[in-house]
Amino acid sequence: MKPAPFQYHAPRSLQEAVAILAQVAPADGRVLAGGQSLVPIMAFRLARPSHLVDINGIEALARLAVENGKLCIGACVRHAAFERPVVEGPLGRLLAMVVRHIAHSPIRARGTFCGSIAHADPASEWCALVAALDGEIVATSVRGARVIAAGQFFAGIMATALAEDEVLTEVRLPLLAPDTRCGFYEFNRRAGDFALAMAVVHFRLVEGRMFKPRVAIGGAETHPRRVAAAEAALAANAPSPRVFADAAARAARDVEPLEDAQTNAQYRRELVVAVTRRALEAAL
Amino acid sequence: MTQRAAIVLNLNGVDHAISVEPRRTLADAIRDDCGLTGTHIGCEHGVCGACTIIVAGEAVRSCLMFAVQADGKRIRTVEGLADGEQLHPLQEAFIAHHALQCGFCTPGFLMLSLHALERDPDLGDEELLDLLASNLCRCTGYQNIVKAVRGAAAVMRAGVVR
Repeated sequence: MKPAPFQYHAPRSLQEAVAILAQVAPADGRVLAGGQSLVPIMAFRLARPSHLVDINGIEALARLAVENGKLCIGACVRHAAFERPVVEGPLGRLLAMVVRHIAHSPIRARGTFCGSIAHADPASEWCALVAALDGEIVATSVRGARVIAAGQFFAGIMATALAEDEVLTEVRLPLLAPDTRCGFYEFNRRAGDFALAMAVVHFRLVEGRMFKPRVAIGGAETHPRRVAAAEAALAANAPSPRVFADAAARAARDVEPLEDAQTNAQYRRELVVAVTRRALEAAL
Repeated sequence: MTQRAAIVLNLNGVDHAISVEPRRTLADAIRDDCGLTGTHIGCEHGVCGACTIIVAGEAVRSCLMFAVQADGKRIRTVEGLADGEQLHPLQEAFIAHHALQCGFCTPGFLMLSLHALERDPDLGDEELLDLLASNLCRCTGYQNIVKAVRGAAAVMRAGVVR
């Protein structure tokens, strides 16, 4: 239960960090942010990085700001920062609603939003939220910075579009219009545990009908994603139990559920029905 | 070959100059290099909360931080709670409400609760249950821990605390 030896680097600037990472990444060098997922994995020796590049000392990465209609979340912003709304309007409220479901208070004090995105656990609440909001992921290396759309970012269980020498420096989320309705629901066996399925939904109500509905499912598949079939069932319809049930059923049909010793595909599919319907009801 | 770092851990106001490998967890450094064994190590992967301490004003799992990351930061552990023979209201309340049996998890619960009550002595019941769900206790069934923290909160609100 002790991590294997590694060389420790504590750069003070992003420039320095990407330069070190470029050197050590080929030898399994990794970025250390909050460490709430990486350190346990190292304790089990499932990961034995030869180098850790600790980005906690880089002040610029603690940035949390609104720019061009987007909330920009720097790599060192902790989960706990979202416990109170960080922006006015639905986005701040949605973030505050979702963060309460992430692990426990001491974990939220250290773990980072961007770290969750880079780690890409299938059951990550933030990953499902970034998928639902079509967020943008900024990846920086010595080669420069590039912006990756959420739809192109998540590639599988703990697999992303990040290259080994890239630091996930920022996630950008679009601010939501004041009349946007948002809902979140997840099911897990114990408070703070990994969810077996979750849904993040949002839509606007225009003359009583749902406009630009978004339904993202997390925890059920290898990675979270928007489910177009469910969104189509909502679009231009007035919210009703029948319409919600239809969208939930379509979401469940569309997913390819993960299975484990306690959870078979059928059970997970039924959970997708329940979490989707409940997230939609919560949004109203 | 093995990298070592000279660091200073400030534990309850006292500096401890130590030399550690980067892989040394903060929990291990506090116990084995600084000799403060009040911080307990249970699961060593962030699940049980026995090693919860306060680092730079935040309650954190000390098994999920490396000691090098805490260099120069102000750290509070269970040893800093009592004032000589005078126990902290939280410690008094844990005794009064039988909030422990074997006591292994107690340091973690004390530091977790201390941080929360110092931040918000009016912590609501729902928030309190959510908070205490962070840590594992296999003896008490939690009810007496809840009572103890509520009791200590009342004392701390009344300003009896140092």
